[in-house]
Amino acid sequence: MDSDLSPQDKKDLDKFIKFFALKTVQVIVQARLGEKICTRSSSSPTGSDWFNLAIKDIPEVTHEAKKALAGQLPGIGRSMCVEISLKTSEGDSMELETWCLEMNEKCDKDIKVSYTVYNRLSVLLKSLLAITRVTPAYKLSRKQGHDYVILYRIYFGEVQLSGLGEGFQTVRVGVVGTPVGTVTLSCAYRTNLAFMSNRQFERSAPIMGIIVDHFVDPPCSSQRPANMGQPCNYRAPDEEDGGPFAGVQDSQEVCTTSFSTSPPSQCVCTLSPSPSKLSKPLPLDSLQLPLAPGLVTHTLYTSRLSYQPPALAGAADLCHPAANPNQALHAGKEGGVVLVPAHPPHGTDAHLTVEHAPNTPGSSGDDDGLSQSGEGRRDEGRRSVSPSDPVESLNAFTRKVGAFVNKPSTQITAASLDLPFAAFAPRGLDSEENDPMVQPPDSPPCPSPLQASLHSQGSEGSGQQDDFVMVDFRPAFSKDDLLPMDLGTFYREFQNPPQLASLSLHISSQSMADDLDSLPEKLAVYEKNIDEFDAFVDMLQ
Amino acid sequence: MNCRSEVLEVTVEARQVEEAMLALLHTILLHRSTGKFHYKKEGTYSIGTVGTLDIDCDFIDFTFVRVSSEELDRVIRKAVSEFKDALNNSGSDGMGQISLEFYQKKKSRWPFSDECIPWEVWSIKVNVVNLANEQERQICREKVGEKLGEKVINVVEVINRHEYLPKMPTQSEVDNVFDTSLKDVQPYLYKITYQITDSLGTSVSTTMRRLIKDTLAL
Repeated sequence: MDSDLSPQDKKDLDKFIKFFALKTVQVIVQARLGEKICTRSSSSPTGSDWFNLAIKDIPEVTHEAKKALAGQLPGIGRSMCVEISLKTSEGDSMELETWCLEMNEKCDKDIKVSYTVYNRLSVLLKSLLAITRVTPAYKLSRKQGHDYVILYRIYFGEVQLSGLGEGFQTVRVGVVGTPVGTVTLSCAYRTNLAFMSNRQFERSAPIMGIIVDHFVDPPCSSQRPANMGQPCNYRAPDEEDGGPFAGVQDSQEVCTTSFSTSPPSQCVCTLSPSPSKLSKPLPLDSLQLPLAPGLVTHTLYTSRLSYQPPALAGAADLCHPAANPNQALHAGKEGGVVLVPAHPPHGTDAHLTVEHAPNTPGSSGDDDGLSQSGEGRRDEGRRSVSPSDPVESLNAFTRKVGAFVNKPSTQITAASLDLPFAAFAPRGLDSEENDPMVQPPDSPPCPSPLQASLHSQGSEGSGQQDDFVMVDFRPAFSKDDLLPMDLGTFYREFQNPPQLASLSLHISSQSMADDLDSLPEKLAVYEKNIDEFDAFVDMLQ
Repeated sequence: MNCRSEVLEVTVEARQVEEAMLALLHTILLHRSTGKFHYKKEGTYSIGTVGTLDIDCDFIDFTFVRVSSEELDRVIRKAVSEFKDALNNSGSDGMGQISLEFYQKKKSRWPFSDECIPWEVWSIKVNVVNLANEQERQICREKVGEKLGEKVINVVEVINRHEYLPKMPTQSEVDNVFDTSLKDVQPYLYKITYQITDSLGTSVSTTMRRLIKDTLAL
């Protein structure tokens, strides 16, 4: 079979398939990060854009993919699969979809490798971009952060679809015939989310003000089973200096392809892999939020990671070996921005990261990390950030990010269970109003006991509205990806303003006591001037 | 040569028309656009890079991918908004059709003008409904999102059959196959037309307009 294919063509074809596999994985994982992807068109070819598409390469993902492939290529019986699963805060996990890149035996001998196959692979990647936004897991991944995270796992070999439950659907993204076989890309996705909603009914409402998961072990402890996935996680490339993946970038090949319009027999195609002087991946200006100029980052992260009690020194290596547990969190759909990963020395706990970034917007994530580990710690965390930091108030708005309280879902009514994915319908506003993490008192620590009780009464009052379920609190047209403080967050933050000082009992009681004390003196003065008062009254009559 | 013709039908609410059309047209154009060609000597050429952008719809539970080209987006938006206005003003019961046609130009001798030979036509039939209350609208949001997802899968299926595509042109012929007027991407030559169906169900050509995207006006 290979005798019909020239050695150069064979080599090119293998390279195309290898990079197609790597790009496929990038597209799928990036589509499940929970954010909108944006890349720029460029009219002059840069040489590192395979298939003429601007698809960023996340180094960890490339590393995982190369590890799974282990130098082989997808072939007959050897498929490359990317499994997307969901993991809740309780530790339940469920496979959502499996994307398969397969090769079958049907060959297309007449096709031109360097030209037709390449272009068709490019079209197939575009189709993959479109289809990844259509399957149900996309919407779930856009809402991840609070109660669940999305993980990915790459494996090579036989396709395993048993974890998808009954009645899973398959969608075929496309096929491309090559002289050595036909490349097929498809996705099998779960349609049955029933077990999730049953589980949520078993949870009971938390007691007000107490964080139930205070000392719960993170779901992925160091004894993570081998088949647990990686979180869909992205870190800024500047971090990779000297990181474990610097080597991966170096070995990536550059593709510069030129095509010819001359007749087929004279087809000239030059593919020049140059040694890697790869520049850094695309500048992040398209990803940076205006709030954090010069600070990197989109980190979509397993929220659990930052909630470890500081007692765990060096913070356990959660789902991903290189993931820095001291990184800040991501806002999920609320559009908080995420923050600079501080660079604490290894072995220090999350508590200390605040000191590293007191004057940057990045401290909000650290605030989060601290506040989640308990009320007491929240005060400490606040004090260590300078209270006059104007940015802190902004940080308070992003605190909602990754708030990992064990929330009840009593708002999920029985009627909605019939719908698939009902468990992931947007939550009512109430659960967030009752959430002490979202409504922290704005006053400095050590408030008077009177004020504390006033605030908690406010929360209880709103608790009575549990029966009133709002479909979704999303102010119309508010975009959640421009500023960390969007309209919805702003509204929730300012819903319970602190009491006015003049209305507080403490001060009013004091003034009344003063009044009572000064009464005898006033009476004495009036008695002295009694004649004047009498004359005044006579004048009026 | 036969022209491939595909028809997609959607039923939407009035305020969803614009986004639904944009989603489908952009999805098709994503697959039918390449990077800019740069011709070099000896008849070889290199191709620029196409970026992509995720767009969330405001009135539909849907996200679609389009090419990262503001110029192209402006052109498509203009066409869709004219279609939407025509649909609103027609007074019919809200049925119309917008067509995206890919064509090739064939130079003819004088005095005949160039021929435009279509090789692929996508017709999107729209049926506008009015809903009574907010709950129905909420359900419609989700339903239309799912329907659009199915349409995207249909589009992808057709495109991945890899049927006829115009041959890659030489430098002198490139404007007969591609629209080279944009500075960052290069879609195949296309035109967008629409028709509003009146309540009798017959198509009324008096409301037809053409948007011609030729790069060279002879």
